[in-house]
Amino acid sequence: MARKLLIQNDQVPGINTLEVYRAQGGYRSVEKALKTMVPDQVTEEVKKSGLRGRGGAGFPTGMKWSFLAKPEGVPRYLVCNADESEPGTFKDRYLMEKIPHALIEGMITASYALGARTSYIYIRGEYFYVARILENAIKEAYEAGWLGRNILGTDFSHDCYVQVGAGAYICGEETALLESLEGKRGNPRIKPPFPAVAGLWGCPTVVNNVETIAAVCPIVNMGGDEYAKIGVGKSTGTKLISASGHINKPGVYEIELGLPVEEFIYSDAYCGGIRNGKSLKAVVAGGSSVPILPAHLILKTAAGEPRLMSYESLSDGGFQTGTMLGSGGFIVMDEDTSIVKNLFTFTRFYHHESCGQCSPCREGTGWMEKVLKKFLNGTAQESDVDLLWDIQRKIEGKTICPLGEAAAWPVAAAIRHFKEEFLEVARSKKFVDISHYERLNKQYAS
Amino acid sequence: MKVTIDGKEIDVPKGTTILQAARMIGAEVAPPAMCYYSKLKSSGGYCRTCIVKVTKGSTANPTPMPKPVASCRTEVMDGMVVENFTSPEIVEARKGIVEFLLINHPLDCPVCDQAGECKLQDLGYEHGLAESRYEFERREFDMIDIGDKVKLHMNRCILCYRCVKVADQLTDGRVHGVINRGDASEISTYIEQVIDNEFSGNVIDVCPVGALTDKTFRFKQRVWFTKPVDAHRNCPTCSGKVRLWIKGEDVLRVTARKDQWDEVEEFICNACRYDHKKKSDWEIEGPSPVNRHSVISQNQYAHLNQQKLEQLKHQSALGFMKIDKKP
Repeated sequence: MARKLLIQNDQVPGINTLEVYRAQGGYRSVEKALKTMVPDQVTEEVKKSGLRGRGGAGFPTGMKWSFLAKPEGVPRYLVCNADESEPGTFKDRYLMEKIPHALIEGMITASYALGARTSYIYIRGEYFYVARILENAIKEAYEAGWLGRNILGTDFSHDCYVQVGAGAYICGEETALLESLEGKRGNPRIKPPFPAVAGLWGCPTVVNNVETIAAVCPIVNMGGDEYAKIGVGKSTGTKLISASGHINKPGVYEIELGLPVEEFIYSDAYCGGIRNGKSLKAVVAGGSSVPILPAHLILKTAAGEPRLMSYESLSDGGFQTGTMLGSGGFIVMDEDTSIVKNLFTFTRFYHHESCGQCSPCREGTGWMEKVLKKFLNGTAQESDVDLLWDIQRKIEGKTICPLGEAAAWPVAAAIRHFKEEFLEVARSKKFVDISHYERLNKQYAS
Repeated sequence: MKVTIDGKEIDVPKGTTILQAARMIGAEVAPPAMCYYSKLKSSGGYCRTCIVKVTKGSTANPTPMPKPVASCRTEVMDGMVVENFTSPEIVEARKGIVEFLLINHPLDCPVCDQAGECKLQDLGYEHGLAESRYEFERREFDMIDIGDKVKLHMNRCILCYRCVKVADQLTDGRVHGVINRGDASEISTYIEQVIDNEFSGNVIDVCPVGALTDKTFRFKQRVWFTKPVDAHRNCPTCSGKVRLWIKGEDVLRVTARKDQWDEVEEFICNACRYDHKKKSDWEIEGPSPVNRHSVISQNQYAHLNQQKLEQLKHQSALGFMKIDKKP
């Protein structure tokens, strides 16, 4: 059985309470860090562990922490990005819902390393009930003295707050998140300056994903070197994967990075194979914005090597034949899936979530949705495939924040690998029922 | 700091952006800018028309930047090499941006008051494609009044945020902002509140398109039939330095003076803009400089154009050159 570091106790009854969590060995990392280590030592351990950001970009966390500016007399902040909105991703919700104290513990330890007196958990509006769970956990932590003044009798004091957003995908982008946290319209800022220099209220800020912060606890407990032994190459440690789609056992799985994709899909310990005995058509490996891959490329790389669940292996071959680990939203599609309809769903989402600040994304996402709709209502021409390709190409890399890329990549990949299917739909002039989308659109509008 | 833009080198102080450096070199390398406004803090970065390619980051770190950058918000580094019009990739990308800006624009230039001094017309003419590939319905909004003197025609808006910055930085108490998101975003005064203060009229001058227009001038005259002159008066609130748009003896419109880049030189107050529409209110300094390529100049120098056309015809007849270019 593979090693679990984050959700090994998720089935223990009452694990959401401080008492049970503590009995299972919780808050050890806070004790160890505050009593036996100086802040820089904690950062050093995280660096040694090779932990990479679990939100999607995969930037080394230790390096991000060491970029934090530390001017005298200016407060520093740690912000936890719990605005998990990437379609197909639900790992953070699972973690916070089941073991809220794992996040609180990580927040305290990480804040100690960064020298942050105050930290915030920015959680998306749709997770209001999770916010309540977190608030209860924070209350418990205050009562037990894990938060507040002079934690464990040391000089370190810390306050942690939960802030609920209004439910916008764009607020998962770190600078938009900060704007929203400050009470403004959630528009991404233009970088530089980066949050490490001028973030929340102009002060140096580190923004980390829920899973990243939770992973700090096992790293401090076991030591960075020990943590780095798990996984493969530069992809160290464990990762939560949200498996969904046409599989027998959808859910959140903690895997050691480096697990073969084939094993993940077909093993009974994980997804348990394709539903109803169908065959695999395609996989979106890391949340809706990463390129989709057809079955033959997700199981084996273009060079014929088995594809592993790791940052490097999944991106092997670039975007021509590879994809990304992203946030770990693993969406499996069987042979009956229409890639065109699926792409319409994704594109509709990005159109709805574009903040409207910069022109390529504001106008381009809506245009792509309209063109894709033509495929579904049977009025598309074959030339519309080229048009779609051209629109996505003109969005990618021209926008302020990565939402432009997130909207362009799925379109590019779907056309790259499934062009024939698009052409066939265009030729057949068949009408696909999308009335349920229309109903949804009306709901959004009201 | 030395920076090379399209092969032309210039020395600029630290903190200069690529766009400013390019403007120092001259119009031939300056990227077009729809949202950047040097007089407004934190403007720019939204429209993406000014994107350029940085092929060498700096002398210290020569790696090229992976993506095109917004030149209005990127500061130069010593030894930076930038490609603007010389990069086919950028020219192509800019065509895409112009197309994006135009897909939801109504293209109602024949009835738009901004026609003739519209930055989007210039942009489309200089950097755009001949025709649009967009075949769907354009987004539509109702026209609303912002105060009693300004009309907001949201259909034409390209969301450059300049007016939002004016409301933020020039006037007290922010009542002007953006509501909704994505392509449904719209400029709005918060819950139908009007902008009520002495400098509110400047939102008209900073608007690059016909989204914000002067209600005291709407449908009175096409701009190229009026003649711009610079004038001033003793104004207790602002500098009083303005541009009058005159036809015959009538002052049809008063605006702030604009520089070479179509940016306001000094913001003017509402009293100057709306309440002094007689020639006798002003001390007239003389004709305003008008760019030779602007349509506004066409009418002013009609006789010169005629002369030039005659001359060209003459030369053409002698076999010098063909008349396929505009005089």
